[in-house]
Amino acid sequence: MIPELGSFALMLAFCVALLQGVVPLFASLRGSAANAGAARWMAVARPAAYAQALLVTFAFTCLVQAFVANDFTVLYVAAHSNTLLPLHYRISAVWGGHEGSLLLWIQILVLWTAAVAALSKQLPAEVVARVLGVMGLISVGFLAFILWTSNPFERLLPGSVEGQDLNPLLQDIGMIAHPPLLYMGYVGFSVAFAFAIAALIGGQLDAAWARWSRPWTLVAWTFMTLGIFLGSFWAYYELGWGGWWFWDAVENASFMPWLVGTALIHSLSVTEKRGSFKNWTVLLAIMAFALSLLGTFLVRSGVLTSVHAFATDPKRGLFVLVFLALVVGSSLLLYAWRAPQVGLGGRFAMFSRESLLLVNNVLLLAAAGTVLLGTLYPLFLDALGMGKISVGPPYFETVFVPLMAPMLLLLAAGPFLRWKQAGFKDVRSLRWVGVAAVLLAIAAGVAVGISPLLLMGLTLAAWILIGSVWHLLQRLRVFEDNRTRLDHRLSMLPGSYWGMLIAHAGIGVFVIGVTLAKGREISHDVPMRSGDIHHVSGYDFRFVGLQNVEGPNYSAVRGTFDVTRDGKHIVTLLPEKRQFASGGMPMTEAAIDRGPTRDLYLALGEEIKPGNWIVRIQHKPFVAWIWAGALLIASGGLLAALDKRYRLKKGKA
Amino acid sequence: MKRFILPLGVFAALLGFLWAGLHLNPREVPSPLIDKPAPAFSLTQLHVPERQIGTRDMAGQVWILNVWASWCVACRQEHPVLMELARMKLAPIVGLNYKDGRDDGIANLQRAGDPYLVSAFDQDGRVGIDYGVYGVPETFVIDKRGVIRYKQIGILTPEVVTGTLVPLIAKLNKEGGNG
Repeated sequence: MIPELGSFALMLAFCVALLQGVVPLFASLRGSAANAGAARWMAVARPAAYAQALLVTFAFTCLVQAFVANDFTVLYVAAHSNTLLPLHYRISAVWGGHEGSLLLWIQILVLWTAAVAALSKQLPAEVVARVLGVMGLISVGFLAFILWTSNPFERLLPGSVEGQDLNPLLQDIGMIAHPPLLYMGYVGFSVAFAFAIAALIGGQLDAAWARWSRPWTLVAWTFMTLGIFLGSFWAYYELGWGGWWFWDAVENASFMPWLVGTALIHSLSVTEKRGSFKNWTVLLAIMAFALSLLGTFLVRSGVLTSVHAFATDPKRGLFVLVFLALVVGSSLLLYAWRAPQVGLGGRFAMFSRESLLLVNNVLLLAAAGTVLLGTLYPLFLDALGMGKISVGPPYFETVFVPLMAPMLLLLAAGPFLRWKQAGFKDVRSLRWVGVAAVLLAIAAGVAVGISPLLLMGLTLAAWILIGSVWHLLQRLRVFEDNRTRLDHRLSMLPGSYWGMLIAHAGIGVFVIGVTLAKGREISHDVPMRSGDIHHVSGYDFRFVGLQNVEGPNYSAVRGTFDVTRDGKHIVTLLPEKRQFASGGMPMTEAAIDRGPTRDLYLALGEEIKPGNWIVRIQHKPFVAWIWAGALLIASGGLLAALDKRYRLKKGKA
Repeated sequence: MKRFILPLGVFAALLGFLWAGLHLNPREVPSPLIDKPAPAFSLTQLHVPERQIGTRDMAGQVWILNVWASWCVACRQEHPVLMELARMKLAPIVGLNYKDGRDDGIANLQRAGDPYLVSAFDQDGRVGIDYGVYGVPETFVIDKRGVIRYKQIGILTPEVVTGTLVPLIAKLNKEGGNG
């Protein structure tokens, strides 16, 4: 009964979404807010958005209930859960497969829509009608997708006694939160997209428009940053070979909208502050969302081979493709038609903050383009009948690093330049920042071992970090007047400034982490039996012994390793090899001792002879800095989004 | 005006490819290398850097050359099929470890199992260029006279093994060494 109610709620939600998508949008085209009739029709948008949110949330709750209650008469539940699965994984199993993750997508979309409806009181009625209308149309597409091709409430009659299992790789805390966060980002870009379409329809795009869409975009971008971070963090400890980024098709699918989204938040700041880049901002907003949809298509259609290919079906792929064609095709058509009216906006000199941000945008877009090319290259070749191949890290690292290096170089300098027309004196003091960065990098390089790439990475990181601190000091005028108190001057700085500073510093921290973790990692694969000792970077790993342990839905072999350094006990590591009751490949559960300057990573490989195991021991310096950097970047985004000026009711600014 | 249509054009081209991608799966491709002598090579062995392995070592027998790398996602998918092929003992499989790190390559085989008689270590990918490798994995069947008789771009599937490789290798094994 409950699953049928869920299904029914989705159908109703579809009708409401259709209403929300069509009526206010058309009304907004017919007349302005002054026209009472049009105003009444446009006012449909808000209640429709709320109703849709309630209906979809109800359906989502029904599916959660089916999982919690082990209702194996529901096909989707039977395929992705079983009674042995602990409760929190049964809940996360809701989005462990295709149908459920799609429902999660829609759930998040309607929550974003409701949030826009609730927080848009200060916007003109036409804008609200158009934004909510566009979001309603997106929702129509996805609800149709789920209702006609992938209904999670489909029955399995007679019901199954026991379900299969959630993919063991997904049975992890990180996997509970990763998809929702990532979807918050993907779907959040739909708000920026809807604002862009509304601006194209209205033909007006001004600083006020940028100020409305900026916080939404920043929040979406923050979620996306967190989502990608969590996925990477999860891959690091769960996949068992100690990597944290694989340039896998699905990772790239989330990375491309992130890159374009990063370009978008920078471009939006120009549009808000200077009224420039208007066309460009709109195009970026369309592209960010288009890439989010493309990501969904790539993951859901199975056109690319990927370690993420958990659930794929080409028929569904066709649906997403048609939807992608309609959404992106029509918005690019609209763009081609209306963008010339919107215009470019204010002019600026060759040497100004605008031009630097333009370079930033071009580099980020080029980076997204190369990732897109690498990701789809196997598909292109296949489509042209030239065979199936895999494009791996060698390609991505070769093309990505040269694009990012100038980007990082400009990143620290950007904030120093003035808008419109900068002078050389703005950046003169950066000489000393540069010198300090090089010296610091050489000193650090001497400490850990010099190589050109290492030195470049560290120099860039130091340049960004010192540059950020230097900019803060300049902004606070620590060295100039002292009439106002320092704490007063600190509190005067806006949230968006702190956001920028912290996100930029986060990039610096991240670069340090990547440079050292990649450049100075030591990895040994050694056969060991109990009693053996292996030395890695000054640490002694002693294999104490093996024991069998039973988990709720798996049995495991657990190795005990004592780690000592100069005879002093550091930690006891307990890596596991798990065999899940539902069958399948054994899973490697790595044991990691995390530290601020190094991770010790230990994983059990294969048992080559009884009691003799291949053990992968890795000493990975500064991995924690990668995570810290990512978290700093995300908190920067959040701080900027929370800037007070977005909450002031500016009216018709 | 024209530049505003450009994004639409790019997108349309992309859609075309994506649409084609939905319908395509066949992995067979003719290669100019078929029925040509396999390019000679001699490389260090992956596991034993002091020792060499090359075409000369394999002369006079039917053998399989499989191009792989630890970074190659598709190879992970292909791996069980290779293991099965090795178990059948139809012909020795030589691995060409392509543009890989020695440690990564060895670790990969230790973790997943080693289907290869031996793997040649082609770090800079030079042998790969001779063999026209533009993607990984690729597989070549080379006969007793050292001629490439079959090339598979992309992963070997169980269907390719039973439908193509098994009969082909059986036929090649009956052929004379100099005929």
